[in-house]
Amino acid sequence: MIDWAWIADHLDDLAGRTVQHLYLAAIAVGVGFVISFGLAIWSIRRRSVYGPIAAVAGILYTIPSLAMFPVLVPVTGLSILTAEIPLVLYTLLIFVRNIVAGFDGVPGEVLEAADGMGYTPSTRLWQVELPLALPLVMAGVRLASVSTIGLVTISGILGDRFGGLGFFIFEGYRRGFPTEIFAGALPSILLAVAVDLALVAAQRRLTPWARPRLETLVPRPAPA
Amino acid sequence: MELIGGIVAWFADPDHWQGQAGVPARVAEHLGLTAASLLVAMLIALPMGLSVGHTGRGASLAVNLANLGRALPTLATMGIVLPLTVAIDPQFGFKILPAVIALIVLAIPPILVNAYAGVNGVDRDIVEAGRGMGMQPLELLARVEVPIAIPVIVGGIRSATSQIIATATLAAVFGGPGLGRYLIEGNAQSDYPMIFAGVVLVAVLSLATELGFALVQRALTSPGLRVGGIPEKRTVEPATEAVQPS
Repeated sequence: MIDWAWIADHLDDLAGRTVQHLYLAAIAVGVGFVISFGLAIWSIRRRSVYGPIAAVAGILYTIPSLAMFPVLVPVTGLSILTAEIPLVLYTLLIFVRNIVAGFDGVPGEVLEAADGMGYTPSTRLWQVELPLALPLVMAGVRLASVSTIGLVTISGILGDRFGGLGFFIFEGYRRGFPTEIFAGALPSILLAVAVDLALVAAQRRLTPWARPRLETLVPRPAPA
Repeated sequence: MELIGGIVAWFADPDHWQGQAGVPARVAEHLGLTAASLLVAMLIALPMGLSVGHTGRGASLAVNLANLGRALPTLATMGIVLPLTVAIDPQFGFKILPAVIALIVLAIPPILVNAYAGVNGVDRDIVEAGRGMGMQPLELLARVEVPIAIPVIVGGIRSATSQIIATATLAAVFGGPGLGRYLIEGNAQSDYPMIFAGVVLVAVLSLATELGFALVQRALTSPGLRVGGIPEKRTVEPATEAVQPS
């Protein structure tokens, strides 16, 4: 069923593609976070911009990635931008929603107390609001990271230079070789799980006061 | 502008409306994939969700299972089951089965979570009243809990369906059927109007199913449960689940 010898022979390639997978994902999550943070702060200051931002991010989110990567080729060529722009765009919805919700959840009394203590708006933002918003912000980082790692595989549609571990999935299909498809698929799942667990650990250390209780772990049901 | 003209011309070309690669055939394939995966996912997730919601037992197991399912990237899920399915059938096991299995995995979490949350959220007093009237557990579930929870349960199926419709495009990566073929072939031939036509068709299909579900939901909801009046306060909901872009 699976040609283990082929996998053993290609461990170096797999390691190289794993590194590519991680850096493609890390750039997207990092850039996506910075852009979203700006958009979220803007939305908090000026409530009326949140609706349009969320709507645009929501529409982008529904475009199949299998279409999003190829349609950028005429614009940006086969450069790293062609892979990164869709990955970044897909993170916006998750990040903006979670950052705005995180800041929204800071109690008004806390803000007043901070003002009373003489915090300026910007020190209040960084020293009071951000730490309190951190649990939801970190939840957004987790969701965005896991979903970006999944999407990086699909950037393999752009050819040999992209795709991280997804390269093996596309090449394995072209060669009609199930082992190669498997060899790309399994590590990309393991990567997503490993990054998720690492971020849970990071979240615990960053926000030790926000021990998740069971009910906060129950995923919110889709709206009826 | 030129591109929009190209897309319009693509749709206007009668050749794109007939044969195996025509719009009606591809839409039918796409709906077939969707229906098959949705059906199996419902057969697995609904009984599980209802029983966990009814008894309260196994809730954390169900929740963890759902969270795990959400974290799995669909293309990779297709890839790990492929060696097995190809061993079963070299054709069907390559082009169709991996996609169907991955779409089932994708659809189970929202159906499971909503069925559980819906039944679990039924007012305990109402359940007690039913029990006091002498209802047996299954009767209680069928006549009290499910009817009250139905909007939430259907909401889960609806969310699963729209995720399947968008993600079923990935079947084409392994040469499978459906609207994803326009994306893959458009990419291979650098035929951008074809790619955009595929995107438009997926969007239309999603909108149509959303609409259909809204009607179904309304029809299934007991008139006593339809809330009018008090508009809810609009707040920003954080994303708590990894609904993956496809």
